[in-house]
Amino acid sequence: MTNPHELLATAAMIGSIVVWATAGDILTASAMRQLGDLDVIRKRSGLWGAAAAVVSNSQFGLGVACLALSFFSLLFAFSHRDLSLIGPAATSLTFVTNALAAKFFLHENVDRRRWTAAIFVCVGVALLAF
Amino acid sequence: MTHSTMTFRRYLVLGVITVTASCGDTFLSRGMKSLGPVSLAHPAALIHAIFSPWVAAGIVLLIGFFASYLTALSWADLTYVLPASSLGYVIMTLLAKFWLHEHVSHTRWLGVIFITAGVGFVTRGPSYTDHSTSAPATSSVEVDDSEEVRQ
Repeated sequence: MTNPHELLATAAMIGSIVVWATAGDILTASAMRQLGDLDVIRKRSGLWGAAAAVVSNSQFGLGVACLALSFFSLLFAFSHRDLSLIGPAATSLTFVTNALAAKFFLHENVDRRRWTAAIFVCVGVALLAF
Repeated sequence: MTHSTMTFRRYLVLGVITVTASCGDTFLSRGMKSLGPVSLAHPAALIHAIFSPWVAAGIVLLIGFFASYLTALSWADLTYVLPASSLGYVIMTLLAKFWLHEHVSHTRWLGVIFITAGVGFVTRGPSYTDHSTSAPATSSVEVDDSEEVRQ
């Protein structure tokens, strides 16, 4: 894959997966934080009550829409490039973008330990492609 | 049981996330390879792909992944759940080596070590940022400073 157009196309495919996946993860995580512990909701309202609480949350709906776009971007990329390239590249980048987005949008305490973990996993996943 | 308590059952949920995500992605890849390249001019082919057996099986596994993932997000932070459930890559590499007898390069073993270390770092730390301990009338800067993290 030395052709600049192919490189650009690969970067665009990976970028699309990463952006939609990050937006989806942040929105669904925010929705689940709003709802609270699902185990408690399930004990109180049953399995269907818990499912209804999740699917009726508007942030969750928006998050799922973003994750669906990420999923179709992934399917599209898999049909053009190898899993061994797309999988590790998209996943490793998503660890870093999610850590950044979780800090700024969810106000999670992303301390030195979590940054180290995110970067170690990101590097490790990238190394698996070789 | 509070948000921040990690029990055996909760670690089991992280395990289910790990296994279903890695197997689901592998099934999807297998299915899409058998269908051939999809053109941007025919995006409907992606909808058609959903009904092929490998892609359908991958989607079923990924639904299982999503249910466990949402459960985990209801009692743990996103920046805890994502690295903690990344051991799937290690499992896939070990299966490739010892079950499929594939060659695993030194670089990939290094990757396995990095991921395992990353998982070790995050799982030894707190799982949940508790915003409820913040004073209600404080400014956003003060809220960030007073966030309490527990395990």
